[in-house]
Amino acid sequence: MRRWEIWVGLLGLGMLVFGSYYGLMVAPREVYMGDVQRIMYVHVPTAWNTLLCFTASFVGAVGWLLTRSWKWDYLIESTIITGLVTGSLLAVQGAIWAKPTWGVWWTWDPRLTSVAVMVLSFLGILALRSFVDDPVKRATWSATATVLAWVNIPFVYLCVRWMASLHQTQSTPKTVDPAMVFPLRLNAFAVLFVVIFFVATGWRIAREQRKRELAE
Amino acid sequence: MKSKLPAILVGGAVVGVLGFLTFGSLGDNLVYYWTPAKLQAAAASATGATVRLGGLVKPGSVVTAGTVTTFIVTDPTGAAVPVRTESIPPAMFREGIGVVVEGTLGPDGTFVSQRLMVKHDENYTAPAAGQAPTGSFEPGQE
Repeated sequence: MRRWEIWVGLLGLGMLVFGSYYGLMVAPREVYMGDVQRIMYVHVPTAWNTLLCFTASFVGAVGWLLTRSWKWDYLIESTIITGLVTGSLLAVQGAIWAKPTWGVWWTWDPRLTSVAVMVLSFLGILALRSFVDDPVKRATWSATATVLAWVNIPFVYLCVRWMASLHQTQSTPKTVDPAMVFPLRLNAFAVLFVVIFFVATGWRIAREQRKRELAE
Repeated sequence: MKSKLPAILVGGAVVGVLGFLTFGSLGDNLVYYWTPAKLQAAAASATGATVRLGGLVKPGSVVTAGTVTTFIVTDPTGAAVPVRTESIPPAMFREGIGVVVEGTLGPDGTFVSQRLMVKHDENYTAPAAGQAPTGSFEPGQE
């Protein structure tokens, strides 16, 4: 465990506690949805960071395919695992928010469907990695699959603007009360720092595993 | 290393084609909901099929009688479809809000719905000074 990782993780955790306290206790109660809207303060940061994680996987995949440098493979592995954790949290948070507001836990609208495709495709890539013993083949195959799976990510983000969906479109600071923007921003960076902690830790684990495999 | 470039270009082309096939056609053929105008335009083929209808609840149109709720769903073109449902409306349901209803368009032009969903928009509003929040959801309330 590197010292900077611990500090980044602790900073993220501290910000998350403070931001969530602010969102739950200090920020105003939304006029129409009431207190259930406060889940936004974790749901939206989780969503942003999940897309960011899988985009980092894409960067790693392109990096590996172009340079065959192992650091990119560490990045693919650690960001996919972290993205799957936040992506699963995202779906659960969304369902908890959806039931009291929309009236359903789940519906196959473009946003929810594309998020399900995203999580399942990266879960498939993680499964693929565990089936391939040769580290070079594993890196190349999973990098190729990651490039394919990433194509969905812009669609996840933009489909609510392009198509009829139940999920609302992105908010901007203009559509969100100023008192709600602060805890949202704070938690966005909080989750980012926690994600960086997990990606850095996963990176080192992947590096140790690759070193051991290549030494055999 | 030099031989990788064609493979990457081919891979990129495959991705592009896959993306176009997947998402290009989604917009035309697979719609999550129909607007009142589109549903009425396609009434001949849509009648009897299970579809979703989405739009705004026309103010003043909501009538509740026992377990039956009726209201009118409109869109910006002015098209209006009367909806009849026995499902319990979510707490957020109110006049003027966006809804998506699942069900079938009857021969009389009334949409009979088994499932009523409320659409929330991207606006998050704090109560005005002195105004008590009207937040509709309380724990334990469906």
